[in-house]
Amino acid sequence: MAEFDENLMDPSQPLSQLPGHSSRGRLERILRRGDFAVTAELNPPDTADPHEVYDRGAVFDGWVDAMNATDGSGANCHMSSVGICALLTRVGYAPVLQISCRDRNRIAIQGDVLGAAAMGVNNVLCLTGDGVQAGDQPGAKPVFDLDCMSLLQTIRTLRDEGQFLSGRKITAPPQLFLGAAINPFAPPHDFRALRLKKKIEAGAQFVQSQYCYDVPMLKEYMDQVTDMGLHENCFILIGVGPLASARAARWMRSNVPGVHIPDYIIGRLEGGKDQKQEGKQICIDIIREVREIAGVSGIHVMAYRQEELVADIVRESGVIANRKPWRREPNIGDIAVIKAAQKKAEIWAEAQE
Amino acid sequence: MSQAPDQTTTYISTGVHPTRRLGAKYTVRLWSVRNARLLEWVYNTFADALLKLHWLWNWIGYHRVERPVVVIEKWAKSFLFDCRMCGQCALSETGMSCPMNCPKQLRNGPCGGVRANGNCEVEPDMPCVWVQAWQGNQRMQNVSKILSVQPPVDQSLKGTSSWLRETAKRAAENSEQSHG
Repeated sequence: MAEFDENLMDPSQPLSQLPGHSSRGRLERILRRGDFAVTAELNPPDTADPHEVYDRGAVFDGWVDAMNATDGSGANCHMSSVGICALLTRVGYAPVLQISCRDRNRIAIQGDVLGAAAMGVNNVLCLTGDGVQAGDQPGAKPVFDLDCMSLLQTIRTLRDEGQFLSGRKITAPPQLFLGAAINPFAPPHDFRALRLKKKIEAGAQFVQSQYCYDVPMLKEYMDQVTDMGLHENCFILIGVGPLASARAARWMRSNVPGVHIPDYIIGRLEGGKDQKQEGKQICIDIIREVREIAGVSGIHVMAYRQEELVADIVRESGVIANRKPWRREPNIGDIAVIKAAQKKAEIWAEAQE
Repeated sequence: MSQAPDQTTTYISTGVHPTRRLGAKYTVRLWSVRNARLLEWVYNTFADALLKLHWLWNWIGYHRVERPVVVIEKWAKSFLFDCRMCGQCALSETGMSCPMNCPKQLRNGPCGGVRANGNCEVEPDMPCVWVQAWQGNQRMQNVSKILSVQPPVDQSLKGTSSWLRETAKRAAENSEQSHG
């Protein structure tokens, strides 16, 4: 199957867009083909140095199908997700642009989406975002002009109708694979699957879940999802991640909004000889269980400050088997941009003579 | 208590989270959700009455009635729902729990941060507006409305009368049907 991921005419060239696909990205191809996808979260640096982003991306090289660039996660300020995605596409990585509604209004967001698509971003994850009080600057103004649902609708309008919310035309609409987030572990539990249905109606093509540490609860949720047939219209990626220690787990449970960690997981961490090793093993065990659940299309690994473990976790869990995910994919725009810029400069020079 | 408050630092009353809305009382709002079925009936009856008086509003002029109606609407809905006068009321779609009371002003369902006890992520003492909405919705006659995707809020309508807008819209629909 590997040949599908390569441009047969010239391997250094970008992929073409397959019929029925809404982006030309590799993540969409892998999911639509039925392979088990792996994505990972890139911890955004607090710097203006591009090499820190490249270093953090390099950790995932060859082990994931796409990297999520978070948008001020936890309401803490870091390098912007658009900036990170621009850098990642420059070296040929496949990013998932996360957009949260907390910091920007509809005018800013629509502009960012066009800019990101022009930089070669193929995947977008639409989020509401944590409240400002969760972060290091609780005095900031919470914007929340759109919510995740209307954000999905907005970007779908940009893509499918080729126009802004105002109705003004876009000359080249962004080709994007649209994602959203789900949290099967927060109340009201009987509304959660219906909310996913709503997100699919609004335009979600894939979803990534909050950290999963409670597999029985996930199974209940997935039963509802498969009963409604939602997994046929949307690819579901389950969020997983290693816990560094029992203390870290307790802290996360009480301080990170929406994270649910059952007591028996913390008990198992405490019982382990090396808690970090035990946390990694728990993560691998959860991945193996999760991949057997009907309707699950992949995993999303969030190894906050333990990114170096991701490669091991993916390899040891055996989820990608012999598939070699991700190959550098040059930005389709780059060559065209250079050529166009050269041409314009020549014309300008001629006109001056 | 006899000591004067320290003027050099910002005043924060004891035991209150700085981001919590002070003085917010949820009692009446929660009562409204518990009685969503009744309020749904009251609103439908009231909306029909407003529609029957469409000729009157039209004769006086909607723009002239707007101000007095806004005063009444604001008073009634602030009391019952802690209404924020967004001008595009969604109470019928949200189980009689006003979504503008959500700190994130979500119009399409609960975020992923709802606490295990059903309280808000941002304001730990407040029951999540959308957990309430889901409960209220199940008490109502029309239970499927909560599943429709709501468009983004039009900020330019803030402070205007949602009642009159809805009445004018329904009147226009009716005349379209009778003519078309």
